[in-house]
Amino acid sequence: MMLNRLGRLLMVKKRFMVFLFLFFNFFGNCYSETEPYSKLENDIAKNLRCLICQGQSIYDSNSEFALSMRIYIKDQIDSGHSEDQIYNMLVKKYGQWIVYDPGYSKKTFLLWFIPILFFLLGGAIIYLRIYKSKKYEKFF
Amino acid sequence: MEVHLRFLVKKKITYSFLILVFFVFSFLVFNKALIKDKTYSPDFKNKKTSYLIDFSLPELYSSDKIRLSEVIDNKEFSLVNVWASWCVPCREENDLLKSLSSISSLQIIGVNYKDRKKNSIKFLNDYGNPFKYNLVDKDGTESINLGAYGVPETFLVNKNRKILIKIIGPINDDDVKQIREIING
Repeated sequence: MMLNRLGRLLMVKKRFMVFLFLFFNFFGNCYSETEPYSKLENDIAKNLRCLICQGQSIYDSNSEFALSMRIYIKDQIDSGHSEDQIYNMLVKKYGQWIVYDPGYSKKTFLLWFIPILFFLLGGAIIYLRIYKSKKYEKFF
Repeated sequence: MEVHLRFLVKKKITYSFLILVFFVFSFLVFNKALIKDKTYSPDFKNKKTSYLIDFSLPELYSSDKIRLSEVIDNKEFSLVNVWASWCVPCREENDLLKSLSSISSLQIIGVNYKDRKKNSIKFLNDYGNPFKYNLVDKDGTESINLGAYGVPETFLVNKNRKILIKIIGPINDDDVKQIREIING
């Protein structure tokens, strides 16, 4: 009897969870009407570092700099500039630091190649170890 | 058995060597990162040329639209200072700007950043007005166009709008000395 009751409760809960899941999936994607910025504007703002804040993007920050930058991004989009053009313009003004993507350059090539190097090195070590251990198995 | 032992010892040596290399490598990386100066300011000396962007904004008192390039063309050197009445360091820097405004070959152009007209005029009345012109940047977008971070910020430019110095934050005595040196040749 008790078990039956518990089972039913769980069933109801399960159904409720499924409902919640669908609800948030469906309505979570809707934009609220009070959202002042378009999706493109938000995407660009997320890729830009707020230079006067610590560890925040333009999207996260509410500083004067970030608010001005928001208006600037909107103006640039309205005047027909593409996303990449806006990044390039800002990099020209503020330097590479303003974008989160470090890009390829003489200064950053190590950043891009060290992980690949480590991956190959690790692979080589693993390969050699397996190869060697098999070789020694024959000895003993 | 002996061969096995020797193999183990060899293995141990290679491992400890690898660990040592790893530690030395990470020490060097962290050492370099920690010694390096953290304060970020964009390099101007490395760049060949950077020029101040041109824009037109209304003047503070007359509300006439003024083109920056036309104003800069008037004098040999111009100091473009981004300021606001709500900015406390701008008050401290005002005296130094006033001392610079007496130089005959230099004019000081203010960019009034995100401010109310009433407050700005009160600020200039209270602390003195070193500016020849004051361009009003109401929403801060033209300051971003300039490449400014916020208030206060100062650019020393020549007649061709070439940026000679950029100072982020309030100017100090050393900056004033440097500006005087550049102007006097």
